[in-house]
Amino acid sequence: MREGVTRSRRRGSAILLACLLVLVAGLFLASLAVGPVLLSPEEVLKALAGEGTETARIIVAEIRLPRALLALMIGATLGLSGAALQGLLRNPLAAPSLFGAPAAAAFGAVTVISLGVVDALSFALPFAAIAGALASVALLILVAGPRASLLILILAGLAISSLAGAGTALALNLAPNPFAALEIAFWLLGSLEDRSMRHVLIALPFMVAGAAFLIWDRRAFRALTLGEEAAASLGFNLTGVRLRVVIGVALGVGASVAVAGTIGFIGLVAPHLMRPFVRYDPGRLLVPAALSGAALLLAADIAVRLIPSSGEIKVGVLTALIGAPFFIALIMRRRHDLSGAAS
Amino acid sequence: MNPPEKILTVSGLGVRFGKRAILAGIDLAVSAGEVVAIVGPNGAGKTTLLRAIAGLLPAKGNIEIAGSPVGKLSLAERARRVAYLPQGHVFHWPLTAAEIVALGRLPRGAGADLSEADRLAVSMAMAATGVTEFAERSVTTLSGGERARVALSRVLATEAKLILADEPTASLDPRYQLIVLDILRRHAKDGGAVIAVLHDLGLAARYADRIVVLDSGSVAAAGAPRDVLTKALLAKTFGVNAQIVTLVDAPVVIPWSVT
Repeated sequence: MREGVTRSRRRGSAILLACLLVLVAGLFLASLAVGPVLLSPEEVLKALAGEGTETARIIVAEIRLPRALLALMIGATLGLSGAALQGLLRNPLAAPSLFGAPAAAAFGAVTVISLGVVDALSFALPFAAIAGALASVALLILVAGPRASLLILILAGLAISSLAGAGTALALNLAPNPFAALEIAFWLLGSLEDRSMRHVLIALPFMVAGAAFLIWDRRAFRALTLGEEAAASLGFNLTGVRLRVVIGVALGVGASVAVAGTIGFIGLVAPHLMRPFVRYDPGRLLVPAALSGAALLLAADIAVRLIPSSGEIKVGVLTALIGAPFFIALIMRRRHDLSGAAS
Repeated sequence: MNPPEKILTVSGLGVRFGKRAILAGIDLAVSAGEVVAIVGPNGAGKTTLLRAIAGLLPAKGNIEIAGSPVGKLSLAERARRVAYLPQGHVFHWPLTAAEIVALGRLPRGAGADLSEADRLAVSMAMAATGVTEFAERSVTTLSGGERARVALSRVLATEAKLILADEPTASLDPRYQLIVLDILRRHAKDGGAVIAVLHDLGLAARYADRIVVLDSGSVAAAGAPRDVLTKALLAKTFGVNAQIVTLVDAPVVIPWSVT
């Protein structure tokens, strides 16, 4: 009987992965097709193969491909980071944005830009953003301690967010000229517009490294279902797990912010949507959460091109507009547990 | 006949939190086939002792598990030899009972997919505690007694020789208290060993081969239940005047009044 259950479950996760891959591939193609010039799927495929009209080739390969790749990479990174943080902290409300990591990464990036050390296309930018994210997540875990309740984590995250926000505001405040300030402000809103393959190349290595750190500990996340003590007694070095998650989240979120500004709530929503499909197993959640994160951001980035407006709506604004009410709904559904945790 | 296999030898164990000594000079030896109960007033260091043996906190002194110093064992090897059942049976995600029990196989290398040996160990552990019928139910839908048995199955599934159980009978009704202790007793009979922190002195006397009384971080008394559980000792360490009667070979201790 048990063997049958295991086999049907394995088939279930294979079907889930296949569905998610088809969805992501479909959205990726749609992202290449949609814009001021609407291309047919055929034209897109031809342009990718280096055929078709020159205009179509330029639109697809140089304008929309980097954008679609970044949406894919950043969405996957945020979904994976959220799932890993939720696994580590054993709480479905944990997400990088709630703990101030993106805000701190933005502060790191804005500081080096406004100091005029580097321009927005430099390879040094992700390092500054990653340093910001790393400092914030490390500070969070330091402040909250090993047995932190969610309340403490969120309060500490709020404080770190505010601090990073104030730092960013100061950098804007002291910006050498109003145009620089405006540019930084727009960049902060989170957007994938006008990105190039250079951005893809800047972010990719950090995201791959970050993902490797996060996926490494999937067995530990499963063991943490039993709490920290039992997980440690099952042979997991939790100090190492915590450190790898901190570094993995900082690498991924830092690189994301460095190339696209702050895009929130994907890390919260993506794991949540996938959890019932993996039967709440925090270890099996990681890859589906990454794929659904990619799908969400690809969809959001297509939506901002379709929504009629005077200028293009920034994708970070859209994810916050959809994600924040989702977060509110999640809090309302878990009100009971949360008031227990806070006491 | 060979002397029973030594499963745990602890000597000169000490634990400090900052400047405060929580445990000092603890000696303890446990052989295969033994159930040892740790009793003592609140704050005596019982849980700390279990956690130190499980390797969950830094401790001074020597701990040898099945002949190997604990510092020489890898984390996974230590986890294969010692299974730890913490207090309270928390489950943070609504996994099924079978999936929770399968977590006990992690030290033996189990991933998301279980091997034949893993599956066998899981179903035997679930049969031993009588939770097979809940296998596919989410643990969050189970009652307290059912959860306690699922948690115990998880510990059994590891197939570790030594089980450390922190108040395994807490918040269980009398029937489940006996069921849980019977399971631990059987583990010892099958060649394992159990160290359990218990608050109920009567149950400790009835189920344990030896009782270790902890008081303020050191061993106040240790030995067979009838030798250890005396009126004088109970008055001194617990601050209670107790009535003690012997029924079917085991002392029955009833705390009667405060000293």
